[in-house]
Amino acid sequence: MAVRNRNFFLVPYVLWIVLFVAAPIALTLYKSFFDVDGAFTLDNYVRFFTPVYLKMTLSSFWYAFLITLFSLLIAYPAAWLLTRTKHKQLWLLLIILPTWINLLLKVYAFLGIFGTYGAVNRSLEWLGIGAQQILFTDFSFVFVSVYIFIPFMILPIFNSLEELNPSLVFAARDLGASPWTTFRRVVFPLTLDGVKAGCQAVFIPALSLFMITRLVAGNRVITLGTAIEQHFLVTQDWGMGSTIAVFLIIVMVLIMFAAGKREVRR
Amino acid sequence: MNATKKWPWSNLYLIAVFAVMYAPIFYLTFYSFNSGGTMHGYEGFTLDWYKEVFADTRLLIIVLNTLVIALLSGLLSTVLGIVGALAIYEVRRRRNKNTLLSFNNVLIVSPDVIIGASFLILFTMIGIRLGFFSVLLSHIAFSVPIVVLMVLPKLQEMSPTLIDAARDLGASRWQVLTGVVLPFIRPGIFAGFFMALTYSLDDFAVTFFVTGNGFSTLSVEIYSRARQGISLSINALSTLIFLFTILLVAGYYFITRRSGSRAGSASRGGVMTGAGEGGSR
Repeated sequence: MAVRNRNFFLVPYVLWIVLFVAAPIALTLYKSFFDVDGAFTLDNYVRFFTPVYLKMTLSSFWYAFLITLFSLLIAYPAAWLLTRTKHKQLWLLLIILPTWINLLLKVYAFLGIFGTYGAVNRSLEWLGIGAQQILFTDFSFVFVSVYIFIPFMILPIFNSLEELNPSLVFAARDLGASPWTTFRRVVFPLTLDGVKAGCQAVFIPALSLFMITRLVAGNRVITLGTAIEQHFLVTQDWGMGSTIAVFLIIVMVLIMFAAGKREVRR
Repeated sequence: MNATKKWPWSNLYLIAVFAVMYAPIFYLTFYSFNSGGTMHGYEGFTLDWYKEVFADTRLLIIVLNTLVIALLSGLLSTVLGIVGALAIYEVRRRRNKNTLLSFNNVLIVSPDVIIGASFLILFTMIGIRLGFFSVLLSHIAFSVPIVVLMVLPKLQEMSPTLIDAARDLGASRWQVLTGVVLPFIRPGIFAGFFMALTYSLDDFAVTFFVTGNGFSTLSVEIYSRARQGISLSINALSTLIFLFTILLVAGYYFITRRSGSRAGSASRGGVMTGAGEGGSR
């Protein structure tokens, strides 16, 4: 048993890691040092720090922040209420079910709902507010993204609320804490891990989504993901695309460190 | 206890969340029967859009492609994922184990755009033509870590004495693997296969990058059609996909229920908290 080198499962697995985890990242880094013509250059990084790209990066972060914030604000109470229902596993499954439906179809549905004659505008007209341009605005982008991400926020929060010992809440109430104080001093700190996990699960993809921006935000919203897609598949400037990708990878690593040494566990 | 006081209100909030979650799906389904041809102004009931879907051979071929890719990548990534989980399981030193696990999780936490772009670079650099093969390879690649994460906990649940006993009784390494280990971790394998299947079926962004010109999967096709505007055959298609998804989820739920584990929603939860990009797929 103690013989080393017997772990021959390691060979194909490490091969997979080298080929599909290490190599792509290394190649992306490598590519970021070349311009469109294939000459070595640092220009891409210089360009990244020009106002155009910095502004785009900032707005991308701002949108991702908004999306994460709204998802959290909606998901936390929902997760809390879910833990209070009977058959909570069933309800949880029902709220996750939409995530199994192709994202593009859900986004496509909003083309109809938010359209000039769509359901929302109809209701607005009925209310006497009148039809608005909803599609192809920042609002539609944030709304649809929040819609997409809510289940991913609810799940980790739900799980951490489930782990919370209810007697702690009762104790706090018995000792005279108001519901708000109980929440702020007991419940929220104890479910912070779930909140962090949820924010991480939302923020990073929110930085990089490009199909939602393309479909419902027209060209009004440009995120880092849109820029990468643009550079790789439209302008063919792989170097610049890779530079943005490298930046995104760095941000991702930083966020993961900030979120703590969270192990993926059930 | 004090929750009973606020019951109606809290119910209302949950109902609102549920309504919003399901509204787009039902909206799509509702208008897939609209003879008017738009997603507003319901004119009359028709099944024309469904007929159009089934008459569209190009679309049916794409559906077939998607299923073939999903099944193949599901099977192959499950095999590779089991191997990976066994590899990690057998590594004794904690530090090495954690290093392997962090490498494993890189593809789960990275955004799809990064995976897609970096795979595109990889494939063009090593000279793999973009098409069926590149899509299959990338689907296998991003499904492996999920399978590992589903199988590994099962391995850790397994008592090492089982293996020792089998070895003592004269079983070879291979016999231990096929006779003891694999049957024990079967629920994890099923769950992993299912997750790999759904990840492959759901994926858009990675495929979009590595698909090249000639080959297309359903998500990519839907994207390019949706960019051209509304066409109710997409609605019909999405209704069919929705039904198929429900069947798949129900089947999965049934399997995991029967095998006596609560892997159902709980493990999806575990993976999704790590994954997150399940949403962007």
